[in-house]
Amino acid sequence: MGLLSFLKNGIRGGRGQAAEGSKADRGILIFENTSDVIRAENRLKAAGWPVRVMGPPPEIQRGCDLVIEFPLIQRLEIMRLLEEAQAVPLEMVPVTGPLLTPVDLFQTVDYGDWLMVRAANMKICIEKSTRTIVNISGGGCPDVPYLAQEMVGKSLTEAPRPREIGHTLCGYALELAYEEICRQCSAS
Amino acid sequence: MLCIVGTVPDAEFPLVTGPLRMENDRLVIGGRTVAIQRGTPALAGAVVAVARVLPLPPVQAWLVGDIGRGDGSRRLYAHLEVELPRHPWTVVVFHYLQPDVDWHNRVLFAVEKMHPRPVLIADAGFMYAAKMSGQAREYDLFTPDAGELAFLADEDAPHPFYTRGFILHQEDRVPELIHRAYQNANAARWLLVKGRTDYLACAEGVQATVDAPASPAMEAMGGTGDTLTGLAAALTASGMPVERAAVMAARVNRLAGHLADPTPATQIAAIVRQIPVALKQVIDTPGELK
Repeated sequence: MGLLSFLKNGIRGGRGQAAEGSKADRGILIFENTSDVIRAENRLKAAGWPVRVMGPPPEIQRGCDLVIEFPLIQRLEIMRLLEEAQAVPLEMVPVTGPLLTPVDLFQTVDYGDWLMVRAANMKICIEKSTRTIVNISGGGCPDVPYLAQEMVGKSLTEAPRPREIGHTLCGYALELAYEEICRQCSAS
Repeated sequence: MLCIVGTVPDAEFPLVTGPLRMENDRLVIGGRTVAIQRGTPALAGAVVAVARVLPLPPVQAWLVGDIGRGDGSRRLYAHLEVELPRHPWTVVVFHYLQPDVDWHNRVLFAVEKMHPRPVLIADAGFMYAAKMSGQAREYDLFTPDAGELAFLADEDAPHPFYTRGFILHQEDRVPELIHRAYQNANAARWLLVKGRTDYLACAEGVQATVDAPASPAMEAMGGTGDTLTGLAAALTASGMPVERAAVMAARVNRLAGHLADPTPATQIAAIVRQIPVALKQVIDTPGELK
């Protein structure tokens, strides 16, 4: 039964010490050189994030000989911290699938007076005439309702960007949808 | 007894537990009010709306503020680990929580101590964590949309953001994705896949579909999946088998949407308002399942 496999997967002893088999929610930051690794590690640890420096998995062909393991879901927040520290990684990839790449497909639905763009699990819908964001849907991380609360009812130019106030992978997917709908608006 | 577990988009909102009621389109819990917007408040709003029509056992919500930093979710996870075994819930619905495999497993371990074991329903971030942890089969019902189904079907994806393109391209082939999700043990006992057509499925394949009435604008609206999950949870708590509750939830959600006559700009509270009327109609006119 499930308890057996649960025990097999194990429980982390503390925040950030992942046991083998329970790393699906962890990611890897890949950097150009070790100076960036050290700067990033210091910044993330100072902010209280459970990160650890380790050797890269064999699939990783780019970057230096060290990578940083981080909470994958918090991609947007981690990225903001690293940009502040001027230690931007070459890549941010899942531990369990270093070769997986983010969804890069956009789906657009034209509702006449409204336009909706979807990226991965996130959708943003605007009123065409005013470019007001009328709805945000999809996603499962807790910043999605927050992003919707802060963005819906504002125009694309007035609304805060997901990359500024979001924290998670869902927030990042919404950023991609936001960028795509802005691109489509500027092209029209 | 039904327990709703989730978050509200307010960083200052403390961990609050207690019964729910609705006042002037707002949820009231523990002396605090919450707007019925997308997310767990929409799910809870649907539950309260069902209670206006059907006698439900006691319903509580365990809510905490979290805007995506995960701090509120971790407080709630810790609360669940300790408190779940102390309560006689018959149905627990887990919703918008920061996906965290470690905490998810601790919660599931707490569930193992509950006798009898409650019906477990998961959606949103908690469903992501359940799949990530490899424990999806421990749940009775997941309520993914088509994109989330693709994530469940992709054995390698740790989050919908990383669903591989060759799987994502099969979105119009829902039965195949359902089969793949079960093949890889990444699905709950029942799946209610919401979309242009709603599918109820189990390991043996699709068992029922609901495709009417159709309101295409609902896809753009935030919260329509949350109300569906809330309806399924409430109807299960009323005593129905989870599969029957899921199909009825799909019919009620669609009818409530139809009655609200939505545009892509309609907000979810407009649909929640229609749920009591829609539920009465569905109860009075049992439909044929395909």
